[in-house]
Amino acid sequence: MTTMEAIGPRPKRALDPARIMIYSVLIVAALYYLLPLYVMVMTSLKGMPEIRLGNIFAPPVEVTFEPWIKAWDTACTGLYCEGLKVGFWNSVQILIPSVIISIAIASVNGYALSFWRFRGAEVFFTILIFGSFIPYQVMLYPLVIITRELGIFGSLAGVIFIHTIFGMPILTLLFRNYFASLPQELFKAARVDGAGFWGVFLKIMVPMSPPIFVVAIILQVTGIWNDFLFGVIFAGTQNFPMTVQLNNIVNTTQGVKEYNVNMAATILTGGVPLLIYFLSGKYFVRGIAAGAVKG
Amino acid sequence: MTATDKSIEIKNLSLNFGDLKVLEDLNLEITDGEFLVLLGASGCGKSTLLNCIAGLLDISDGQIFIKGKNVTWKEPKDRGIGMVFQSYALYPQMSVEGNLSFGLKNAGVPRAEIAERVARAAAVLQIEPLLKRKPSQLSGGQRQRVAIGRALVREVDVFLFDEPLSNLDAKLRAELRVEIKRLHQRLNNTMIYVTHDQIEALTLADRIAIMRGGKVQQLDTPHVIYNHPVNKYVAGFIGSPGMNFMQGKFNGGDKPLFATGGLDVDLSRYNFENGHALEGSEAWLGVRPEHVSVGQDAAQKAFSQEIQVEVVEPMGSDTLVWTTLADQEFRFRMDGQKNVEVGETLNIGFDPVSASVFDVQTENRL
Repeated sequence: MTTMEAIGPRPKRALDPARIMIYSVLIVAALYYLLPLYVMVMTSLKGMPEIRLGNIFAPPVEVTFEPWIKAWDTACTGLYCEGLKVGFWNSVQILIPSVIISIAIASVNGYALSFWRFRGAEVFFTILIFGSFIPYQVMLYPLVIITRELGIFGSLAGVIFIHTIFGMPILTLLFRNYFASLPQELFKAARVDGAGFWGVFLKIMVPMSPPIFVVAIILQVTGIWNDFLFGVIFAGTQNFPMTVQLNNIVNTTQGVKEYNVNMAATILTGGVPLLIYFLSGKYFVRGIAAGAVKG
Repeated sequence: MTATDKSIEIKNLSLNFGDLKVLEDLNLEITDGEFLVLLGASGCGKSTLLNCIAGLLDISDGQIFIKGKNVTWKEPKDRGIGMVFQSYALYPQMSVEGNLSFGLKNAGVPRAEIAERVARAAAVLQIEPLLKRKPSQLSGGQRQRVAIGRALVREVDVFLFDEPLSNLDAKLRAELRVEIKRLHQRLNNTMIYVTHDQIEALTLADRIAIMRGGKVQQLDTPHVIYNHPVNKYVAGFIGSPGMNFMQGKFNGGDKPLFATGGLDVDLSRYNFENGHALEGSEAWLGVRPEHVSVGQDAAQKAFSQEIQVEVVEPMGSDTLVWTTLADQEFRFRMDGQKNVEVGETLNIGFDPVSASVFDVQTENRL
């Protein structure tokens, strides 16, 4: 073989060793995470007799949606047999106000902290960040007392209140950092143009910030939807969110363990965050990165 | 205060961030229609001072008057100022038209008048075809034009410019510089212009305030600042390439003979601030590279000397030559058309009248 004179673009090898490594690791990782989901979906589509055969990896011989309907509509959570749908609507009722209120407050916090440096702003911010490092468990009992004194313990308002408070540190940090990345001169220009605190916020800053609002919404929706602890403590038995209902269905000790119903119920509960992941794409990664700052 | 021809008056202004004194006991009077340039290296407090005048920073002490009114505690919008920023600071989600009219809408100006004022400003700045565009669709020069327009529509007496051309490339900068000058000649309102670029300062200003460490070093016309810098800092800051400084000592009794590196320079024709040089005192002698003559002309100067050419930097119209004079680095400018070789011996000379002398200790002009 004669050596060729190098000219033009360097020839690319289709499969160099680094690429093979990356892909093999990625494929193994993907299988590792997809296998449980596969088992869940397959099991949820089988009838109980087929499950008793014990081959959990086999696809269903006879596909049935009965477990899904049962999980949604008639599965028993303790005394009541109304399925997950009650929990779903409870979760929605908790989720929407919590997300809106916490983001509304946190965005104004972050804006004030980055543009209107009031006396003690740094101290306030430090305390807020410090708050996000305290384990939840430490604060539970005091919060129970506080909500009881406010008369909202064991109610929708109570759990919304708690979610708003616990969302504050990370969301404020998120918004503050975002607003801090916007040019100060823009703020100055708006002030010379006669816009006040709310004018600058609503007319200049908010229209520039859809990305960070999306990130905040993703962070809050997935966080609040997946919450179990606050729901079980603060919401009250009438308002248990979906996660708590799921636990009650799965852990019901009476009778036969209906694995197919349990699997269907779990997938249903995870559906909302899953949908968010798929729809939000790159914003979700940013949300994760923002969450990583929290530690 | 009675209405005077003073546009802006700053009295004893101080600004501290904690223990850090950013601006110290500053006094400044700017007459109506004046173009004042605040010039200095970064961190000298020039932009800070501008922000104080605009009301974007709260001051620690002192007073600010605009058009005879005490505006010290007034909000930016109530001070009768328009401001142009380095980064243009256009509102990205609004069209050019929206950017221009935002301030007027906030002020509750009637819609018909807004349209009229926007149209007028757009005509002056020749940005009419751009009115419907978003800032992201504009070039740097166009953006800065819109930013100037935003100040223009306010129809105020005072314009504040915070390094408006620093983000533009050299060619555009030169274009917009002339445009700002034209605008000033046309509107004849007061302009305060912050820059670190001495060319902008010298070309635009009626007066220049050279700042350093939160204080005004010298406030005067470009001509005076260039020819009679009050101290060594100002002398070194203004002029490109910078002034040559030679350290030496006065001896020679009655005659002001300046001894530096084995050379004696006769400064009899130099106009000392207090009439004469102090025998035995140490000083810097400052000579601008462009005030040095070469060859035949050099012999006619009060001081002349033979030197060896060390480095040659051709710059087109001029050539900058580096050499050693009196054991110290020295550079001078000569005609770019003349050929100079490294190692060549030249006769150079200068006139003490055009030189500057500074005290070694205080660095003030002698």
